[in-house]
Amino acid sequence: MDLFIIITLIKLVIIAFVLLTAVAYLQWVERKVIAHIQVRPGPYRVGPHGLLQPLADVIKLITKEDLLPPYVNKPLYLFAPFIAVAMALLSIAVIPFGPIVRVDGYETYMQLTDLNIGVLFILAVSSMGVYGVALAGWASNNKYALLGGLRSSAQMISYELPLALAVASPLLVSNTLSLRDLEFAQKGGIWHWNILHGGQIIAFLIFLIAAFAETNRVPFDLPEAENELVAGFHVEYSSMKFASFFMAEYLNMVTVSAMATLLFLGGWDAPWPAEYGSNLGALLLNAAVPTVIFVIAGLTALYHGAHPAHKLDRYTLTAFGVIFLVLAAVFLVPIVQGWLLPLFWFCAKTGMILFAFIWIRGTLPRFRYDQLMGFAWKFLFPVAMLNLLVTSLVVAWVS
Amino acid sequence: MDVVLFLVFAIIAVVAAINVVVQTHPISSAVSLIGVMGSLAVLYLLLGAEFIAAAQVIVYAGAVMVLFIFVIMLLNAGAEIKRGRSIMVQLLGVPLLIAFLGLVAYFVERLFPKGVSVHFGEFTGPGDHALHGFGSAQAVGRALFTTYLLPFEVTSLLILIAILGAIVLARKELD
Amino acid sequence: MTEVPISWFLTLSAVLFALGVAGFLFRRSIITVFMSIELMLNAVNLSFVTFSYQLRQVNGHLFTFFVMVVAAAEAAVGLAIILTVFKNRSTLNIDDVDTMKD
Repeated sequence: MDLFIIITLIKLVIIAFVLLTAVAYLQWVERKVIAHIQVRPGPYRVGPHGLLQPLADVIKLITKEDLLPPYVNKPLYLFAPFIAVAMALLSIAVIPFGPIVRVDGYETYMQLTDLNIGVLFILAVSSMGVYGVALAGWASNNKYALLGGLRSSAQMISYELPLALAVASPLLVSNTLSLRDLEFAQKGGIWHWNILHGGQIIAFLIFLIAAFAETNRVPFDLPEAENELVAGFHVEYSSMKFASFFMAEYLNMVTVSAMATLLFLGGWDAPWPAEYGSNLGALLLNAAVPTVIFVIAGLTALYHGAHPAHKLDRYTLTAFGVIFLVLAAVFLVPIVQGWLLPLFWFCAKTGMILFAFIWIRGTLPRFRYDQLMGFAWKFLFPVAMLNLLVTSLVVAWVS
Repeated sequence: MDVVLFLVFAIIAVVAAINVVVQTHPISSAVSLIGVMGSLAVLYLLLGAEFIAAAQVIVYAGAVMVLFIFVIMLLNAGAEIKRGRSIMVQLLGVPLLIAFLGLVAYFVERLFPKGVSVHFGEFTGPGDHALHGFGSAQAVGRALFTTYLLPFEVTSLLILIAILGAIVLARKELD
Repeated sequence: MTEVPISWFLTLSAVLFALGVAGFLFRRSIITVFMSIELMLNAVNLSFVTFSYQLRQVNGHLFTFFVMVVAAAEAAVGLAIILTVFKNRSTLNIDDVDTMKD
């Protein structure tokens, strides 16, 4: 009993720390990618290539004046960002990042807890996340905030329906609600993932579109548009409370990307059936993709470090090149391959979906509010229902 | 450990329920009602009803209460204005309520044998993810689609009628 | 005491139900009355789940499920009625909706 608590506490600290750092650097990635889509450099000055920009943002947000306007509804005003962040963090508790890790005789899954109703838990927690937005809009005692909050929460609950139906279809194929068993049901390479073997391509697309709307991202971000609605429901919030809403949005993005990976793309499964033995052939084959990626990144960084565009790049880019080459070598060590490679595949797939989020933000214009709601109720919901119907017919016929 | 969990969430539920009844502004009552539903969901988990706990949070706390909050915000329902109530009601109300509850508690204790107690986690099964555990989605689904299939289909009709009713009542009249 | 006797759950259900009845009888705002009805329904759900635990049958959970569905449908229609009453009488106080009284 004691050992279980200690191991869980260690996992909790690791996951919380890694996740919060990842969210901060996700913002850096977003700004850089959008900048390059718009042919400009992005954050460049704070640290090498703007890498310390998130730190500067955190310092700015913490040291800003933390206003409590006198005309707001104080309990709800203070409660709303807390709910938003708490629900966003809570849903990370059931996501499996990889298989069993064996250290020194103790073994544990790379997951904080595995619930029998894992998928329902994530749906429940994201339903509760609507309150953060709605109560923030009401408590601010400001008509723009109220309108933004109401629109945003109406959008979130409207898109919860196609989201839940798109989630139900791969559950029919995999026959379990627990996220760990969902991943086990898709083992065996790319042909066993739910998106191909279960034929859930339409459900994957519906899930992604509904996820964009759930997390209030472009093209569905009218309720928090800076130029249309004066920043919507968080207009009266400043400093750390505003940072909480921001953080909650990025955490929600990470959660829905992880869910898409687990439901449709096979979780931490490699695209070919991988056995982590210790003979040389299996070693090289398994570690091929991450090693090659990191070697190419390291060599590129070293090359640009040798012919630097700016004087400081000579040192920073060379350092990054060396770090990438060391990481590539780490992937070849057989002891860590058992858990490091699945973790790499999980992060790679989740990262691809997050990149799709950022890419679409830089590319598409926003929907008008009535177009958005019409799209949910008149198009997405019937398509999701039809997909569920066809999936259930096929599953009943096959078994 | 079970006692601590039960007492904490039962006290949260009762305090939030008192808050629902006592607060003047409807939005404070609504937020307290969400608190009641959340603590009831935890109590369902203590009783091994995991699917019902998830359904409580998704349907009740996550959809029905959002509907309530929308209506309160759109109608801009203000705080209730206190009207005068007779002295008799104010003096006798709470003591009579407590007496009624004491009577109910006494009869409930008498009717139930002492041996039956609730243990948290009794039905999740030994490490095999409880394929057909007691309160799991599989068990509820099996009962729903075999024994209770007719009520299930009738409730779908009921929901259709409710949707039609709500749309007809709440639409704008075209002049 | 290290165990939770099952009668505690039923007592909690009775307490919540009584509070719901008190809110229903004493409050004047129509939305608060409606919320007290939801509180009563939740208390009854707790009773159903408790009995289902005691008898080791999943039928109690099914009853809870149906009560939730009916409560959701009733909330939708009831709130639509509240909207209509507000549109016609411009008040949410049930004492003021008394034109049918003599």
